[in-house]
Parts: sequence; C-alpha cells; structure tokens
Amino acid sequence: MSASEDMPDLLGDCVHCGFCLPTCPTYVLWGEEMDSPRGRIHLMDQHERGAPLGPEMVRHFDQCLGCMACVSSCPSGVQYDRLIETTRARVEEHHDRPLGEKALRALVFGLFPYRRRLRALRGPLRLYQRTGLDRAVRRTGLLERVSPSLAAMERLAPPLGPAPRLPERVAARGGRRATVGMLTGCVQGEFFPGVNTATARVLALEGCDVVIPRGQGCCGALSLHSGRAGEAAAFARRTIDAFRDVDVIVVNAAGCGSSMKEYGELLKDDPVWAARAAALSDRTRDLAEFLVELGPRAERHPVPATVAYHDACHLAHAQGVRSQPRALLAQIPELTVREIKDPDVCCGSAGTYNLFQPEAASELGDRKAASVRETRAELLVAANPGCSLQIATALRRQGTEMAVAHTAQVLDASLRGLGRGPLFADGS
Amino acid sequence: MIPGRRPRSDAGAPVTADPPADGVKGDGMNAPLDRLAERFAALLPPGGVITDPVRLATYECDGLTTHRASPGVVVLPESAEHVAAIVRACVEENVPYVARGSGTGLSGGALPRTDGVLIVTARMRRILEIDLPNQRAVVEPGVINLDVTRAVRANGYYFAPDPSSQQICSVGGNVAENSGGAHCLKYGFTAHHVLSCEVVTPDGDVVELGSGPGYDLLGVFVGAEGTLGITTKITVKLTRVPETVQTLLAAFPSIETGGTAVSKIIGMGVVPAAIEMMDALAIEAAEAAVNCGYPADAGAVLVVELDGPEAEVAHQFAAVERLCREAGAFEVRVAADDAERALIWKGRKSAFAAVGRISPAYLVQDGVIPRTALPEVLASIDALSAASGVRVANVFHAGDGNLHPLVLFDDAVEGAADRAEDVSGKILDLCVEHGGSITGEHGVGVDKARYMPRMFTDTDLDTMQMVRCGFDPAGLCNPGKIFPTPRLCGEVPGVRKGPHPLVAQGKAELF
Ligand SMILES: Cc1cc2nc3c(=O)[nH]c(=O)nc-3n(C[C@H](O)[C@H](O)[C@H](O)COP(=O)(O)OP(=O)(O)OC[C@H]3O[C@@H](n4cnc5c(N)ncnc54)[C@H](O)[C@@H]3O)c2cc1C
Ligand code: SF4
Ligand code: SF4
Repeated sequence: MSASEDMPDLLGDCVHCGFCLPTCPTYVLWGEEMDSPRGRIHLMDQHERGAPLGPEMVRHFDQCLGCMACVSSCPSGVQYDRLIETTRARVEEHHDRPLGEKALRALVFGLFPYRRRLRALRGPLRLYQRTGLDRAVRRTGLLERVSPSLAAMERLAPPLGPAPRLPERVAARGGRRATVGMLTGCVQGEFFPGVNTATARVLALEGCDVVIPRGQGCCGALSLHSGRAGEAAAFARRTIDAFRDVDVIVVNAAGCGSSMKEYGELLKDDPVWAARAAALSDRTRDLAEFLVELGPRAERHPVPATVAYHDACHLAHAQGVRSQPRALLAQIPELTVREIKDPDVCCGSAGTYNLFQPEAASELGDRKAASVRETRAELLVAANPGCSLQIATALRRQGTEMAVAHTAQVLDASLRGLGRGPLFADGS
Repeated sequence: MIPGRRPRSDAGAPVTADPPADGVKGDGMNAPLDRLAERFAALLPPGGVITDPVRLATYECDGLTTHRASPGVVVLPESAEHVAAIVRACVEENVPYVARGSGTGLSGGALPRTDGVLIVTARMRRILEIDLPNQRAVVEPGVINLDVTRAVRANGYYFAPDPSSQQICSVGGNVAENSGGAHCLKYGFTAHHVLSCEVVTPDGDVVELGSGPGYDLLGVFVGAEGTLGITTKITVKLTRVPETVQTLLAAFPSIETGGTAVSKIIGMGVVPAAIEMMDALAIEAAEAAVNCGYPADAGAVLVVELDGPEAEVAHQFAAVERLCREAGAFEVRVAADDAERALIWKGRKSAFAAVGRISPAYLVQDGVIPRTALPEVLASIDALSAASGVRVANVFHAGDGNLHPLVLFDDAVEGAADRAEDVSGKILDLCVEHGGSITGEHGVGVDKARYMPRMFTDTDLDTMQMVRCGFDPAGLCNPGKIFPTPRLCGEVPGVRKGPHPLVAQGKAELF
C-alpha cells in the first residue's frame, strides 16, 4: 500500500495527547497549535477529509523542520515521518507556490545536491557568473537568501583550494576486520572535506578496508525531505548502484544516513529496485553506530579538551543514534563531554530549512547557541555539517567563536595521538 | 467546521451542543466576533489572533477528541494585561470565552465555543521568580508543569504535582483541574501546592487570591475548571527532593492479589509516595509502546515507591516487599538506580497514550472508589466487559482508589463508540454505588456534566451554581461546563438580586 493510501490509518494513530509538543521546535518558538505536530496532523486530517491545500495550511507544513523530535516523543507510535513526507509530496504536486518561492526552490534544488555546481560556487561571487540565474536571482532577492548560507559555509570551510581527493580504496591497518563503503556526501564533501578524510582514516585504523566509489553523488536527502520523491528516487537508484559491491555503507552525515535508511520505503513500489533498496537500507550505518558495533581496537590517545556534544536530529530522532557517539567520545582519555540543555530540540538547520525559513531558523539557532554556551565547552561536536554551520554561525552572532568538529575528527585526533591541536583552528 | 469533516473517534458519540460554526467567521455574519478580532489584533503582537477556519479548527478539541467545536476566534495573549483586556472586551460584546493551556485535558474542559473566544496561554510561559529560601516560585499559567521542576531540580527542589502529562500540561491547566499524579497519595493534589493565584475575574478585574482571612476563595478557584476566571500568575510551593527514593515493581497473577497487597501495605500504616497498578491489557499496551520489560504473564503489576529519610525508607521497603510476596507476587524487582526507576515508571506513565497501540480508539475514564472496594469493583468491571464484549484496560492510582479504566473500541465499527460510551458510563455508576466519585483528577468538563446528577442532588447542584454565579453572573466564563443544566444566574431559585439581608444590616461582610 502506498503511503498515500495509508494516510487515514496513519492519521488515526494520533490520540491528540500533546506529548509531542514540548520538543517541537516551532511549538517552542510560537506556542501555536497549528505549528505543533499535533496541529499539523490535524491539518493533514482536514485535508484528508476534503479541505483544500490552501496557503494557510501549506505554510504550517513548510514551517515543519522535519526534525522528527515528535516521532521520538510520541508514545502512540505515530509515524509522523511518513505523514509529512506524503504531505510534502502532495504540496509539491498540487500547491501553486508564489513565483519568488518557486524561484528560490528551483535554485536550491538545482544547486545543493550537485557537488560540481557547489564547487563552482565556492566564493559567493561566482554564484552570479556561473549559474546563469543572475538576473532572476537579483530580481527576487534570492541571493540575499542563499548567500548568507553560502557565506557561512565559506567562513567555516578551510581556505579555498581543491578539496583533497580521496582514493577509491583505503587499506585497513593491522588485520582487516571489515570492508565498508563510504558515502562522501555533497555539502560535506565540498565544504568539510576534512571530515571525510578523518572518517576514512578512523575506519582504516580500526581495521576496515574503505571503499569510496567514484560514481556516487547526492544521496537524495534534501529532495526526499522536501517532498520531491521523484527526484529523490533517482538519486537513490544511483547511490544503490554505486554501493552494490560492499557489505556495509558507513555514512558520516546524519541527514544522508537517515535518507539512505529510508530507501526501502521510498522505492518499495518500484518492482525493479524495491529489493535492492531495502537491502541497501539494511546495510547502511551511521559512523558512530558502526564503530560501536565493531568495537574499539586501535589505541585511544588523550585529547585534553572539554566538548559539548550536539544531537543532530537526523541522527537522534530519525536513526535513534544517541548513545553511540557519546560512548565513542567517552573512550577518549582526558576528553570531557558536556551535555547541552534541551538536547531534543532542533538547532534550526534541518537541511534546507535555514534557506526557506530563515527567521525561524535563526531564532532556533540562537536558542541552541545559548544552551551550548552554558556548557562552557571549548569545542562543539556534531555529526552533521548543517548543524555545525548553523550553531557556529549563531554563536558568532552572539560574539562567541567556538571551534566545531565532527565526531570523526575527534576520534581521528585521538587515534593518531595528535592531541587537541588539529581540532582548534588556532592550534591551541 | 470543515466540509465533510467527521470527528474521527466519535462515530455517533454525543457531540457538543453548540451550533455549527458554518458561516460564522470572516464573512460579516457574526459582528461581535469580527469586532473583537479587530480589537484583539490592535492589542496583541502580530500573530496573536487567529481567525481563519483552517487554523481555528486545530483548536477544536483538547485531549478528549469526542467533543469538538471550532472556536470563533483564538487569541494568544502574552501578559495578564492582555488577558484582562480580552476578557473585558468579551464582556462588553457579551461573547463567551474559554481558557486553554496545552489542551491535554481529558474532560473537554477547554472545548471552545463556536460563538466565542478561546484564550490560549501557550505564550505566557515565563517563570517569573524562584525564591528557594521560601520554597516558592511564581510562574505564568502557560508554564509547563515539568519546566518548574527542571528549573529547580539542581537545587534540590521540585514541583510535586506530577500528572502523567507533566511534560506538556500547563500549570494553569493543573490549577483549573486540580490535577494530581502518581505521587498525590503522599503529597496531595495541585491545590496543596498552590499558594496564591492572580486571577482575571469574569468582570475583567485582576485580583490576587491567596490565603488570608475570609472565604477560602483560592480553594474555590483551584479545581473550578476555568469557570470562575482565568489565572494569570501562580505562586507554587516547591518541595524538597527526598533524601532517598526506592521503587519496586511487583508482578501478580491477578488483579485481586495485587489489590490485596495494596490494602495490606496501606493497612500497615505506610504512606508510600505512590502505589500504581496496571492490569494485563494495560501492560500489553505499555510493552508495545516503550518496551518497559515488565514481567511476562503478569495479571497485574504494582509499582510502589517509597521516599523520605534513608533509615525509614529502608525499614518500610523491606516490609512492602514482604507484603507483596505474601499477597502472591511471583516476581519483585527493585530499581537499582535512577535509570531502572525511570524504566519502571516509563511503562506506567505512557500507559494511556500507549493504548493507541492495541486499539484504534479508546475512552479514558476517571473515577474514584474507596480503596477497600477495589477487588469488588474491578470484578464488576470485568463482568461488564465480558457481558458487553467491550475490552477494558485498567490503570490506576491504587493507593487512593482513583481508577482509570481505558475503554477500547474500534471507531470503524458502527455502534462501537456507543457501546464503549455505555460501558464507560456504567463504570461511573459502579463508582458512585460504592460510595466513590465520578472524577478523581480529570475533571467534569463537558464530558461528565451529564453524570453529575448521579452523584449530586438538585439542591447540591443549585448551590454550586450559586457560587459560580457569584463569580460570573453573566455566564460568559467557560459556560456549558460542569453543570448538566446551566442556568442564567437570575433564574437560579433562591438567588436574591439585592444584597443579603445580613450584609445589608452590617452583620456580615461580603467578600
Ligand atoms: C496522556 C494524558 C495523561 C494524563 N494524565 C493525567 C494525570 O495523571 N493526572 C491528571 O490530573 N490529569 C492528567 N491528564 C489530564 C490533563 O493533562 C490535566 O488535566 C492537565 O492539568 C490539563 O492541563 P492543560 O494545560 O492541558 O489544560 P487544558 O486542557 O488546556 O485546559 C484544562 C482546563 O483548564 C482550564 N484552564 C486552562 N488554563 C487556565 C487558566 N490559566 N486559568 C483558568 N483556567 C484555565 C481550561 O478552561 C480547561 O477547563 C492527562 C492527560 C493526558 C492526555
Ligand atoms: S518534525 Fe520537528 S518541526 Fe516538524 S512537527 Fe515534528 S517536531 Fe515539529
Ligand atoms: S503525535 Fe503522538 S504524541 Fe503527538 S498528539 Fe499525536 S499521539 Fe500524542
């Protein structure tokens, strides 16, 4: 049965108890029923019973971050992830967006999932020159929307220059324990190449042969989580094909991991791909999840630092991976891990959210940044590039410069005995 | 209402008596509401007034979905002044209004009026003051119950009322419903933890109700289900975290054996912080929802928690464990740490919502019986269930005889909702027959107004209505709740229009 036919049943699971409200970022911000999971489910139900997908209704679906905190907090097992995906697809299909919104979406979806185009854009000025969108873009003020995000990425990314190219295969150190495929991701790969090299090294040091297929592209996460199922399916097929020869695919970006774990569901009605998609989903692991399953072998050297660990929504809520990254960090001598207040509430990054809903996103970023500051940690550790960007930007707005790192980079520093140096830009 | 909309889980169940809202909004048909909406828009920050039907409909019910009515206008005030101005405007236009906190009520207390204003406190959620030396905090009504505790826990304090919905219900809603929770047995209900309330009266005045000479107006206000005014600031008592807490889970072959254990424990003179019981069906649901790992094949489980000074708890705990085993417990688990305690509680606290996993729809009932009648009443509920074919899961605060039968039904089956409603009503009859009450903590609201006459005489009800009229003569503050036959205050028999003779003679004072 397709998700669309399931809709009445899925909606019926909600008993209207409200337990999902306090961790919903938009409810936290505005305190409005229609911007809570319970309210959005109610709106979906109204639509299911014949109310049109008007602009009022669509606005509240658009304002949903897709953070899935509501899935974690719902005692009745409501599958909000499926509900919102189906709803978003319906919105894309039936709702006529205003021109400006359309143009912005075209720009974003024509840009972010494509690594080569992203590369062409490093340096916001080139945006004008290369995309051919310049006039349309200027007219609608889109650049002002997109460029802060690009600018933020630029600021956080290492100085311009070619991102180091990973070899197609990295050999295990010591005895080989596993052979794993590695997804390099688009935003991650382009703007945070250091995360991918760290991931490959950590895996190799833990005894894994790492296969990094050249043919891989975007996993489709952005499209999938924005109701562009057709586009997502195409990305999914390509990814499945790229990783056909490995037993496990290790993913270090939370958003990508969660979408790959959904391939089975996404392609279940595709007679040719359904089985392969389900198999790929089963073989997908987040890096931390995989390392804990594998068990530590390489020696952990001290990293004397105090870090705050941030739960990326697509890791904690969508994949249920909370304890593993903490366990990995806890194994590192002299590293202190601090918890951030309200860990369940999204930082506002949420894929494309900071592009489409900039105000709400920055308010959420400010809240998260304030909680991060309260920890008095010196380094922010997160497993999603979007979160790191978002929080670091918000921290800077508040006048705090804080180093950010991916779990993989902290492990890399520890396994290689490099101490804290590589994690802090100024080398302190 | 939305065209073609059919309430989901109430096929055939009584819907609100309010007229449908069609044509009321936005088209000039309801001038007072339109005028009010305009005034509110001028009063409140942007986004503080909701008037379009699609958004309004999301407020059509609280945690009880069998009663639905789309509000005429929704307002989201941010201060007591806002609330007072809103109430005064409603009075001027003679439009009814209803307060709503987080909308988790289970008796339809926050059911809106299609011809009225819904005043939502979700944006009044500041903790205004924390005064640890005097063990009190001052909060706005929209503050979430658990957030009070979270703000002071590090200092060794907490807010004692702990409804299962504490992660989301508002303190204002707790005050209105006089909510309790698992730990009420020892620590009491919300009423015991509220020191004073700032209230916007139905006249639009802002007054402080606290302890002091004269009538116990605070006592009347707490638990009045939002019919006597809207509280805008609440001073709550903070309780010291006990020195030690011990929790055990005991599995019994049957509800009766579990009930015996409860009687013995209380009979021994121990006042546990909590004694909670769940039957097999409720256990099944909780297991499906949160994998709480309760012993398999249990006919009932008992969760007993003791707290207080170390030595006292250790002594009593041993006795409780022994009594459970003597009563027939086949497994007793003692929580070794906070994580294990949390797991034990998780099953219990998720039980209501979790029933959604084993049944398409259900009714949560709330009744009270004398503790000693527990085995008898439970047996009668069983018989009722068997005779009607309607499944009933039982979850209850066993220590004080507060039952929460969950009546399961499939809303897709015609007539199922009616049968469930019928069984649910008969359970209340059982409670009243055994000298109990039709509600322990969820309130009367709209849902149970019709059962009030089963417990109270006409004279009782008239007297209560007189109190209500004293506060709200115009009958605009959450009308249609609690009382089966609301009356205009002027018509209530025996109500004098002029001052009471004793007051007139200066022999008594009117507060
Ligand atoms: C899963 C679940 C479990 C629950 N468990 C418990 C439990 O263990 N114990 C328990 O007692 N209850 C329980 N409840 C019921 C409910 O959570 C409580 O009644 C709670 O106090 C309601 O708070 P609220 O903020 O949601 O109020 P709402 O539902 O919004 O309103 C409840 C009533 O309060 C009035 N009101 C709200 N704010 C104000 C105000 N500022 N001034 C005056 N009146 C106001 C409303 O008009 C209405 O009559 C449970 C509910 C659910 C869904
Ligand atoms: S996905 Fe996140 S933003 Fe959307 S309704 Fe759920 S909790 Fe709220
Ligand atoms: S989604 Fe789940 S938690 Fe939220 S109101 Fe519905 S049943 Fe309750």
